[in-house]
Amino acid sequence: MAKTDIGPPDYKTMLPPVIQKNYGKWLYHEILKPGVLMHISQSGEALYSIRAGSPRLVSTDHIREICDIAEKYCDGFLRFTSRHNIEFLLDDKDRIEPLIDELKNRGYPVGGTGHSISNIVHTQGWVHCHTPATDASGPVKALMDEIYDYFVTATLPAHVRIALACCLNMCGAVHCSDIAILGIHRTVPKVDNTRVPNVCEIPSTVASCPTGAIRGDMKNKSVAVNEEKCMYCGNCYTVCPAMPIADPDNDGISIWVGGKVSNARSVPMFSKLAIPFLPNNPPRWPEVVHAVKNIIEVYATHARKHERIGEWINRVGWERFFSLTGIPFTDQHIDDFDLATETFRTSTQFKWR
Amino acid sequence: MANSDTPLLDELEKGKWPSFVKDMKQAAQKNPMARDLIRQLELSYKDKIGHWKHGGIVGVRGYGSGVIGRYSDRPDLFPNVQAFHTMRVNHPTGWFYKTDTLRKLCDIWDKHGSGLTNMHGSTGDAILLGTTTNHLQACFDDLSSAGFDLGGSGSALRTPSACVGPARCEWACIDSLDICYDITMTYQDQIHRPMFPYKFKIKVSACANDCVSSIARSDLSIIGTWKDDIQINPQEVLTYASRINIQKEVCDLCPTRCMEWNGRDLKIYNEDCTRCMHCINLMPKALRPGKEKGATILVGGKAPIVKGALLSWVIVPFMKLEPPYDELKSLIERIQDWWDENGKSRERLGELITRLGMRVFLKAVGLQAVPQMVKAPRTNPYVFFWPEDIKKEVK
Repeated sequence: MAKTDIGPPDYKTMLPPVIQKNYGKWLYHEILKPGVLMHISQSGEALYSIRAGSPRLVSTDHIREICDIAEKYCDGFLRFTSRHNIEFLLDDKDRIEPLIDELKNRGYPVGGTGHSISNIVHTQGWVHCHTPATDASGPVKALMDEIYDYFVTATLPAHVRIALACCLNMCGAVHCSDIAILGIHRTVPKVDNTRVPNVCEIPSTVASCPTGAIRGDMKNKSVAVNEEKCMYCGNCYTVCPAMPIADPDNDGISIWVGGKVSNARSVPMFSKLAIPFLPNNPPRWPEVVHAVKNIIEVYATHARKHERIGEWINRVGWERFFSLTGIPFTDQHIDDFDLATETFRTSTQFKWR
Repeated sequence: MANSDTPLLDELEKGKWPSFVKDMKQAAQKNPMARDLIRQLELSYKDKIGHWKHGGIVGVRGYGSGVIGRYSDRPDLFPNVQAFHTMRVNHPTGWFYKTDTLRKLCDIWDKHGSGLTNMHGSTGDAILLGTTTNHLQACFDDLSSAGFDLGGSGSALRTPSACVGPARCEWACIDSLDICYDITMTYQDQIHRPMFPYKFKIKVSACANDCVSSIARSDLSIIGTWKDDIQINPQEVLTYASRINIQKEVCDLCPTRCMEWNGRDLKIYNEDCTRCMHCINLMPKALRPGKEKGATILVGGKAPIVKGALLSWVIVPFMKLEPPYDELKSLIERIQDWWDENGKSRERLGELITRLGMRVFLKAVGLQAVPQMVKAPRTNPYVFFWPEDIKKEVK
């Protein structure tokens, strides 16, 4: 019988000697070039971190290749970042360039540091989830191919954090990203009256709806959905499997902008709706790729140094964001959920464009 | 060359960014589950819809979490992914690995599963993507023997995660790694046996840059900060002055305008500083966080489902955090007890506080109201008073 509750391997056994010696004693760091961080300790010792991109969905053989590289250059020490990147950790400066050469030869992009676009945090999508409104890995791959240069350089006004969640459950917690790509449904769940009585608990299904759009249907021992109140969040489907909400003709992607989690300069902010709907167009989601690239390029042209997308928009105003990006403003942009009125303009101060 | 049976996905092998399709094909060469997975994904690309059925309860002995059940809705076409469950493996804190550990994980997963993983999932776990029901226990046994354990899922404490902290970062105000590991080890029972109204997430960032998005993604956010003055090295400030425009890039972007620069000296009015990190981010060699370090504790952060997204709210402006972290753990337990007692099914902590009131929450967990908790006091006159504050009618 296997031991339970042993917890994860102790991280202290995973740290390279240079970190063990200088733990908590780091003095400062510099970004030597895109993808190369140098941290200097009070002792004068240096730690170099070489950051490389990853598709996140990786095979065991790919992980073994990463291990081979780490063993060749880093005595077997590496880490992953909160944005799915790989960091090779070494203390020998002379190994940096050979390591980067090998990474490049093997097709690993090196970058994602400083004022760059780092890897896109994303979810499972059609690969392994039961509630997605779009795929995750596919749109991410298509977009990263197109904005690859922003990963391997650091030429933007500030860093741009992009995240993708394939439905409103937001396993990827995209709601505070500079640019969020969010899979959405646009049609009400289809209640299967033959299955609801057997597989669903009616009171909890009714209670699961944040807008009160679901009521009991006594005649069928099932539930009914008020189409005018439903805003397609899919929470009922999570609770009751007999109410599938996916709709291949109407599911798609929305784009949100201007969020951040860091407290640097401005306080953390939610992302706000930029584009209510773009179609699912596999395998390369050209509409999504084009829309995101356009927002990045307009931002890169107009923002001041150190301004995140949300800070830039707050300075110039949403009117100007829409005029500069050419994104049409629609009644979908105006909130109608709880606290909507907090977003309505309560002054005569606005710009004409 | 024979016609490919995945023409749509083949398109995603092109391009400069590393391709997940290549990884899937690599795994498919030796694993029938991975082979059917990529064929099913191709069908999704054609149909524009997912082909996984809803849930299914599976697991390993003694645990209620760590395994996510998954079944194909087209087992007729893809029999090898008829059952294709995910195992969440609790990552080493900070996502640090030695390669021998990673290789062990790979060997176990090649023996029991599809050979495909996510490094890592959104909760932080290493995600082992797809195995059959009869392999779950054997896989767990092998994981456990190799020193791994499963993470949280469902209405449990989810795998806590932390930024890189003092292992590499000069800005660390707390030992985010040790705190995270300590919490993880202390609350193994809560991680593995779902006992709450809904999920509960704890994330630890060692400074206000918040590299693990703790303020947006966790019910309980622990964010490092300090109380005294920013440490200045005047010599290094001068060195930076030759590389950046200190007035424009540092002083003018300070949210409280608490800095003055005369071309030689940088003066900081620390009483006005809100410790946002911007100046320190720009001049790490010249400016450092203060010496009196600790954390701000915030609660309530979450994504939109059910009642809308929330950012965490300050409930303890400053707490010193040193092992064994008794004050922190006592607070976590008081919060969870109150939530467990009062929360409805699928009601996150932030939603419960919204429903019952911050005032009620603070009293229940024994915290004093302080101005640091709010952006501004209320603007409406609908004020509740406690019964004991009201004079009783004299008979």
